[in-house]
Amino acid sequence: MRWRPPSVWPRPWMGPAAWALVAAFLVWNALSLQVDAARVARGLGRLGTVAARAFPPDFHRAGLLATGMLESVEIATLSTVFGVLLGLPVAVLAAKNVVPLAVYGGGRAAITLGRTFHELIVAILFVKAVGFGPLAGILTLTVNSVGFFGKLLAEQIETIDRGQIEAVRATGASRGAVLLYGVLPQVLPRIVGLTIYQWDIHLRQSTIIGIVGAGGIGATLYNAFSRYDYDFALAILIVIVLLVLVGEAVSAAARKWVT
Amino acid sequence: MLEVRALEKTYPTGDHALRAVSFTVAGADAVFIIGPSGAGKSTLLRCVNRLVEPDRGSVRLDGVELTLLQGAALREARRKMGMIFQEFNLVERLSVMENVLSGRLGYVSLWQAWRRRFPPEDVDAAFATLARVGLEGFEGKRADELSGGQRQRVGIARALVQRPKILLVDEPTSSLDPRTSESVLRLIVELAAEDGIPALVNIHDVPLARAFARRVIGLREGAIVYDGPVGGLTPAVLEAIYGGALLEAGGAAP
Repeated sequence: MRWRPPSVWPRPWMGPAAWALVAAFLVWNALSLQVDAARVARGLGRLGTVAARAFPPDFHRAGLLATGMLESVEIATLSTVFGVLLGLPVAVLAAKNVVPLAVYGGGRAAITLGRTFHELIVAILFVKAVGFGPLAGILTLTVNSVGFFGKLLAEQIETIDRGQIEAVRATGASRGAVLLYGVLPQVLPRIVGLTIYQWDIHLRQSTIIGIVGAGGIGATLYNAFSRYDYDFALAILIVIVLLVLVGEAVSAAARKWVT
Repeated sequence: MLEVRALEKTYPTGDHALRAVSFTVAGADAVFIIGPSGAGKSTLLRCVNRLVEPDRGSVRLDGVELTLLQGAALREARRKMGMIFQEFNLVERLSVMENVLSGRLGYVSLWQAWRRRFPPEDVDAAFATLARVGLEGFEGKRADELSGGQRQRVGIARALVQRPKILLVDEPTSSLDPRTSESVLRLIVELAAEDGIPALVNIHDVPLARAFARRVIGLREGAIVYDGPVGGLTPAVLEAIYGGALLEAGGAAP
């Protein structure tokens, strides 16, 4: 008797065939996108020029830099507040164990809608709708929150202890009171943790959406690149890195304090 | 007075949990429901306060038909039934006082509940009830800091502070050690008697039932196979309830 090790392939020849197909697909991709060695080499050379011209970083326009940064932080913070306020009810509506099935469908749909498009696409839509500036950014990231925060909180609500809910229901409490006493205490640490995490993510996202005109430091960065002010661009990038690090530290400290 | 008539429940899974269950609880006696796991004891209690919806039959509390109630009327009926659970089912992250006061949630507005602004008489009642269950001074502790016996006492206080017309008690001792089981069960029976309300107590432990019960209902596969005084639990009756496998439980009478 011959023993064959367990395999996902029902026939032995299927494995090598699949690998060959994947390899052929990759080669075809590279050929059709015209990735050739000469171009890569030229690009690397140009990258060197950009890097050389970026040094030393130029912090002379600190005012512009600070205004952009502050706007990014404001966008991140406001959109987190609005996003959480909207995301809380959506999460409840999208938790199978606390609402009827029909409502659950609606809640899930809202979350899916919030998560379908990348924030840059949403930002373009809102810039078209409300014009250039931070308002578009706040709206963009708020929509983004409803999807992210709503989904993760809904999943958390679905894992809570049914017994505690049952006990509160058995006292004759209304649906709202059951949410307040049976559900909320069980998910409160998660709500705090997710809010901080959401702010942290928004901080990062708020530095990019400016590129399409939704306010914040991204617009300044984009302008610096298009005017070949690589030294100013580097200064902006350094400040973004610092900001993200600070956000990281704040969220780490806050999460420690919650649990 | 609780009147249960021809109560039927089949779960979507096909489990026929209750078969034509009929009994009446009058006066203020504790009635103990015994039977093996899966006999339908928990389903029976939950069909009374409609945490589980019965398929057919009638449940009347002081003449009010409970099986037809909806919305606010159902919640009002639930206020009159205090429930005590096997796993205690305290809200773990809330304080003992908040857990006890949640027994009054049916009587306060959502805003009051959110702000923890319960009427002073509710707070007084909660303090008094905590003292009755022997947990004076525990009001500020969080539920997850307590031992099993202490948790069940909070669960008893939560049910009593509703000022219920009946206590529904679901396996109150299954998560407790034998000594604590006995004291918790004694507390439930004594406090219910003091308040002059009946209690419907699910329990699978026959010796405990013998120690505290006067009237016992035996359930097997969803049907009542015995309803009578505890003295009538002969080996033959126990065999009818438990299917013969548990004769030593009958022999362990105190």
